[in-house]
Amino acid sequence: MTGKLDLDPVLVARARELARRAGRPVVELARGHTTVSVERAVLRLAGVTGADPDGIPWVNRLVDAVVADVGLGHGVALPVFDALAREQVTDVTLLAQQAAAGSVRFQVPSGRAATVARRAAGRAVAAGVRRIDRRRAERDRLVRRFGDPAQRPWIYLIVATGDIYEDIPQAQAAARAGADVIAVIRSTGQSLLDYVPEGATREGFAGTYATQENFRLMRAALDESSKELGRYVRLTNYASGLCMPEMATLAGLERLDMMLNDSMYGILFRDINPVRTFVDQRFSRQVHARAGIVINTGEDNYLTTADAVDEAHTVTVSQLLNEYFAHEAGLADWQLGLGHAFEINPEVPESLRLELAHALLARELFPDAPLKWMPPTKHMTGDVFRGNLLDGFFNLVGTMTGQGILLVGMMTEAVVTPWLSDRDIALQNVRYVLGAAGGLHEDFVPAAGGFIQQRANRVLAEAVALLERIGEQSLLTAIAEGTFGIMKRPADRGKGLDGVARHEVGYFNPATEILEQPRPEEARP
Amino acid sequence: MTGGGVVRPYGDTTGDGMVQVSFTLPVPHDKRAEGAAVQLANRMGIDPALLVHAKPIGDGFTFFVVYGRVNHLVDLSAVRVVERDFPLLSAKEVNAVVKRRLRRKLSVVGACIGTDAHTVGIDAILNVKGIAGEKGLEYYRELSVTNLGAQVSVPELVEAARVARADAVLVSQVVTQRDAHLHNTREMSAAFREALPAARRPLLIVGGPRFDESQAAELGVDRIFGRGTTPGEVASYLVHALITGGRARVA
Repeated sequence: MTGKLDLDPVLVARARELARRAGRPVVELARGHTTVSVERAVLRLAGVTGADPDGIPWVNRLVDAVVADVGLGHGVALPVFDALAREQVTDVTLLAQQAAAGSVRFQVPSGRAATVARRAAGRAVAAGVRRIDRRRAERDRLVRRFGDPAQRPWIYLIVATGDIYEDIPQAQAAARAGADVIAVIRSTGQSLLDYVPEGATREGFAGTYATQENFRLMRAALDESSKELGRYVRLTNYASGLCMPEMATLAGLERLDMMLNDSMYGILFRDINPVRTFVDQRFSRQVHARAGIVINTGEDNYLTTADAVDEAHTVTVSQLLNEYFAHEAGLADWQLGLGHAFEINPEVPESLRLELAHALLARELFPDAPLKWMPPTKHMTGDVFRGNLLDGFFNLVGTMTGQGILLVGMMTEAVVTPWLSDRDIALQNVRYVLGAAGGLHEDFVPAAGGFIQQRANRVLAEAVALLERIGEQSLLTAIAEGTFGIMKRPADRGKGLDGVARHEVGYFNPATEILEQPRPEEARP
Repeated sequence: MTGGGVVRPYGDTTGDGMVQVSFTLPVPHDKRAEGAAVQLANRMGIDPALLVHAKPIGDGFTFFVVYGRVNHLVDLSAVRVVERDFPLLSAKEVNAVVKRRLRRKLSVVGACIGTDAHTVGIDAILNVKGIAGEKGLEYYRELSVTNLGAQVSVPELVEAARVARADAVLVSQVVTQRDAHLHNTREMSAAFREALPAARRPLLIVGGPRFDESQAAELGVDRIFGRGTTPGEVASYLVHALITGGRARVA
């Protein structure tokens, strides 16, 4: 697939170098800070489960109690495991309950007490990481047994009823109808909850709450479907919003296969504080790397708020940044579902050729990444007939440019949450295009120096120019000034800022220590 | 056309009454399912109903496409809609009227309230970028726009409107599950009524694809804008309602 666009290798290398330069200070920032959600993820790995009678998870109660006594900057592992030893409690969840009742005082241990606490915390968290490792091995086994989908791109379909027990039969029906990946859309607003709801849920707004129990139920149902269909059906959810690290952890513990996880989406589209996002994002990506989860990034979103032609290069820039942050966190290329979308106004002359140029550019810049190809939404008007045609062209570009994951577009986009029949018509559209033109990418070689090559090279050049401008200031300044997707997001504003703390001397996070150890080469699924 | 303002659907001949519908029934595909589809079409007033497509989808569901003659008529003189009752102005005209008549910037505060995170509507109206080639309200020199974004609570919105001395508050609601858009709108209008005396209350405007434009009074707002509304229409309405239309809010 390489070499169709005649990209200048020096310019491509320059783009990567500039992305590294822009991302590096952000990584340094992330390495020197922690957040309440990172610390709650550590406690989840250490085995804290469940919620109080009001539905507030014990990890939240425990972190809040520690923060009240000693602050966040030391991490919670040492204070918690020190208290565990002092109070002679055997179970961390029990300690959380006592702490919530106010009967435990926390302190930052020193000397021998610190050594003991450090060792106990390390053991508890290592057990959690081993559970994630076992789930990953289990996935590898199931993929070997049932097999991967026969075709690329993998067909990615969304269910979202709000009720997990309604989602399950819908997801199974979708798998039977040809879906390779099922995404359960989260309830609107969950990204701004600073806790992960507990248990199986039956009510949500335009989506279903992401909870550990919902993850488990859906994964078990799709295991049944995998067995029935003779191919491993993957499950996707969202590691985004204020609880990104915990979502990643729960996904690893329940063997989810893909997670939406963008480096800047929360900042730009949810007005979450930039520092909070970058710290949470780095930890969540370390967990995803360990769990063998494929991340899906959210570049499609930029094109829904900005013009898909004028701002095409911001997608490339974001992909390069996402790649840098992902590699830095330990993710391999096969885990990078970098996103982009078919969002050019269909009234623009030659819009299909522009789409082909942009999609092929992503393909050639990231040859080993399973790119996530997102359908038209912005120019879906309610004219379902025209919408179905647009989706057909979207599918065609997807197969002609060798995309890895194809999110099935719905002709009723912007009208209703998809009906059973909408999904069936959409899948029929995908099957027709993949059946009729599945091998067309072999023959599709844009003319040397022609429209598509020129356009792709121009977008790359614009991306490099933007990265150079970012390099002169800093990524945080660029975000503050509205470089991506128009929104201006200063580093000292946004939701979740009060849950961020700079590391104190002696900050200890046993999870990060384990996740940052070099590992023997991982088996590629 | 049928005389007297009475119309029926048009397929390819005046008065043929032809319509096309598609739907799914929760039954496996067989002769009885097809009969059921025809019977449903008949009940909808389609007679004769021509079943042109039937396809099993999922387990125990069948999708149908039906063409046929609908025997209902529509009397155009009895149709009630909210017609645009204000003149459409260009951005330049809006700016000129605000500058000349208001002699200060007209303050607009916008938000998506409740758990709705879909800023696409409010952004289309407010962002400079606008929609369909029309620039958003931020582009209007004489408008001062505060876009609070998504998931703003009603008290936050009231406070922001107070701080910005808002002349108008624009609220966008996309999510409609369990009528969330209606509940949120009622909550919002009630909060403004409670927080501010009538004379100081900003013009309350909601927009979204699923609102019924005639429900404004019922929801306690001044205006509802539906699908396809452009920033220019909103700006023109603001000028009409706040300045030229006689509702004296200038003070």
